[in-house]
Amino acid sequence: METVKTQDVTVNDLPWNIEYKPERCTMCGSCVAACTFQAIAPAVERRSVTVSTGHRPEPSQKHSAVLIIKQKDSIEQACTGCGMCEKICPNQAIKPVRNTDSRFNLLARKGGSPIKRGGRTSLNSGRTLDNIIVGRISQMTDPALDSERHTFDILAPFGRVLMPHELPLSAVNGTLNLTAKLPPVNWIYPVIFSDMSIGALSTRAWEAIALATAYLNEKHNMPVRMSSGEGGMPVKLLESEQLKYMILQIASGHFGWNRIVKSIPKMKVDPAGVLIKIGQGAKPGDGGLLPAAKVADHVQAIRGVPKADLMSPPNHQGLYSIEESVQKMFLSMNAAFKFRVPVAIKCAASSTSVSVYNNLLRDPYKICGGFFLDGIQGGTGAANEISLDHTGHPVVSKTRECYLSAVKQGRQGQIPLWAGGGIGLTGNAAADAFKVICLGANGVFLGKILIQLLGCVGNEHGRCNACNTGKCPAGICTQDPRLVERLDIDRGAQNIVEYMLALDSELRKLMAPIGNSSLPVGRSDALVTTDQAIAEKLAIQYVC
Amino acid sequence: MCRIGAIKSKEFFHPSAALHLMLPQQEGHDNSGFAMVMQDLAGVFSKHKDKPLLSLACTQKGAKLVEDYMEANDFRQLAEWIPRGVKNTKLDIKAMPYYIFRNYDYPEYCRNATEEAKGELLVDTRLALRELLEKQDQGYVYSFWPDVLTLKEIGDPWDIATYFKLWDNDGDLMAKNVVVQCRQNTNYDIVRYAAHPFFLQGYTLCANGENTFYTKNKEYQKSLHRGYIGFESDSQNFLYTLHYVLQELKWPIKYYKHVITPLPFNEITLRPDSAELRAIRQSLGSLEINGPNTVIAMLPNGNIMTCCDSKKLRPVVVGGDDTMVAIASEVCGLNAILPHRNQELDVYPNEREVVIINQALEVERWKQ
Repeated sequence: METVKTQDVTVNDLPWNIEYKPERCTMCGSCVAACTFQAIAPAVERRSVTVSTGHRPEPSQKHSAVLIIKQKDSIEQACTGCGMCEKICPNQAIKPVRNTDSRFNLLARKGGSPIKRGGRTSLNSGRTLDNIIVGRISQMTDPALDSERHTFDILAPFGRVLMPHELPLSAVNGTLNLTAKLPPVNWIYPVIFSDMSIGALSTRAWEAIALATAYLNEKHNMPVRMSSGEGGMPVKLLESEQLKYMILQIASGHFGWNRIVKSIPKMKVDPAGVLIKIGQGAKPGDGGLLPAAKVADHVQAIRGVPKADLMSPPNHQGLYSIEESVQKMFLSMNAAFKFRVPVAIKCAASSTSVSVYNNLLRDPYKICGGFFLDGIQGGTGAANEISLDHTGHPVVSKTRECYLSAVKQGRQGQIPLWAGGGIGLTGNAAADAFKVICLGANGVFLGKILIQLLGCVGNEHGRCNACNTGKCPAGICTQDPRLVERLDIDRGAQNIVEYMLALDSELRKLMAPIGNSSLPVGRSDALVTTDQAIAEKLAIQYVC
Repeated sequence: MCRIGAIKSKEFFHPSAALHLMLPQQEGHDNSGFAMVMQDLAGVFSKHKDKPLLSLACTQKGAKLVEDYMEANDFRQLAEWIPRGVKNTKLDIKAMPYYIFRNYDYPEYCRNATEEAKGELLVDTRLALRELLEKQDQGYVYSFWPDVLTLKEIGDPWDIATYFKLWDNDGDLMAKNVVVQCRQNTNYDIVRYAAHPFFLQGYTLCANGENTFYTKNKEYQKSLHRGYIGFESDSQNFLYTLHYVLQELKWPIKYYKHVITPLPFNEITLRPDSAELRAIRQSLGSLEINGPNTVIAMLPNGNIMTCCDSKKLRPVVVGGDDTMVAIASEVCGLNAILPHRNQELDVYPNEREVVIINQALEVERWKQ
């Protein structure tokens, strides 16, 4: 007997197996065409059947060559479970099935390179927020409001807020007048569309989100703001009225800022803000990564770069301390727009977040207009899996700690807290947002859920998450023109708009029973938990 | 639910008027206590209106602690009213052994100090006395301020009045301004400090309602002023914000309403003073209140003010004649003490309105 080659890879070593029903298959080839990972291919298999058709056994052997669809036994072409084959098959003849015996992690570091992927952490999917309930319901003495009838003020600040006694107000004849300029503050919807760049996203995906943003503002009066992501944006948008809905991001690679700076004299309106990205929750301490496969012509044009792996450094070169960051980065960003545009900072949640926040709160220039905390459950377009799964910090307790630290100093609300990284992980972003707001956040930012609304099928259980490959089957995280075609911009934008309209109603549905007509920032008394450890950590009521 | 009231008069009146204002409203409250703050006094304390008056309920030991402290800090006693309670076991009152109302002269070193400095000293003294009594559980100090007297007790208001002989007008206890309430805080533990009206540095306030931003307010107020303590009731938030806006920030009174119930942003945008209102809303966001409320406040100058939450979920009415104006949660209270007033002139403030009764008993009202 021939010795089995035990090192050979078989499909049973891969994370997903293709369940194929040849009797239903018409060999139309749609699944093969749809599979962006080339995980399946048509193949010919030899069949050998013994038949006996007479009254007496007269066995005869029939040999045939049949066409089938076959999964490739290749690590590079492993099925990601995206299910495009199943989506396109007219006969339900094929679908991916999760393989619990996968040896992928042992085999995928072939060649000595770490495993890379996109999506969210798969190991840290615990959900603190699902253990928290809005438990302080208005009854009798304090009537609940009517979510349909009453008016609600659902807005959050983006910008540096001064303490009351610092306001330059003087009273003349019983009326207060401002005698000096205040730091700019924009009151916006408490949900920001988080920073995903053109490059990480396809132009269509980015456009769909931008379209949804403009639609929500102009048709539904919801002042939702979208962060550009690092990598700039089309000049046409920079010079349009719609720039006011955009938050420009600058990250350590400074990609896209050449164009932005050149556009400043031609801008008709100010952007909604500037967001300095120090780090992100999905891969804290690691810089951005745009694989060469995704650096298409238009990305090269927007960013002013050649086709190559684009790696943002893990830190902003030249910034060695918070003080320096304040002086250089904040001042230059503020100065760029003549101190009319609030400048905020985004950091990965970390054990050290509170000290960073304290330093910003105490900065004498008072120019940090927001502290964005990004937790471990945030998504990314490309990262080393080891960073995704094994580094980071949950955002819920860290947001709470930052808030309580500000409370201790009487400085809550001065630098608005925005929390992200896993908000809407279960699809219920309104509930997540509401709870984080009660714990002290002014608002939240969403990223992953937006692309999921566009059609992304990736999840925390190892499905797809191939955003780094340039082969996104949904046309979202790819620059391949044929794949990008798969994404219907209008339908995608509509999904986001409709989700946000529902989210707005759901926020009211949570504000009404606790009797609040404006956002309950820091109303931790509205929350209870059945988990004692959570109660203790977040200083909310334990119930059972 | 609370019922609250206030009376302002050109002539001195007896506290029984406050009881008559409140008792018809008893179906709306639960008769679990009686508390009032009187300002602009006549009678026992008429000779020392410019000297601080201490209002205290305590044990014998507590009285001694207070005496020792005041002596050690050079406060010299001037006048005193110590009501002898009617001992009747049938009365529904949880009486303390002693009620002391005592005028003091300022310590010699600060007699020529500014009013502001004196005010600070009085707050510090009251806080020190409170801490002293609280530590040993020997009593309660409610106010220490010139021309202001506070009486609070747990029990049935009628019986409390009987106990203190408040039904008998002997001229000892008269005032031109009274803020009153007839309920202990029955939401949580019965704590004397939780009973409205609350007092701080000349500002008196009581509220009918539920402040659902209590935690937010409390967390912010704690760091604003040393006198913002206790928080036994969510209504203390209203007093501390009033004090903060008027006394600390020294803003005109119309901005109090803008702080506690700011206009929605879309309305602010339409206003000529939108920049100021937006600045106030964003910097004082933690002092916004929410939930149903009516506030009645008395200011250091004797003006009495009322306003409501932004949705007017609690009632209030203002009415009066040439010599007396009253505010009450329900009109039946006004009918009891001012039956002959012109009811057509009664004011039912709306959710954006502030009403002030000034020294001339003129009713000023404006929309936020």
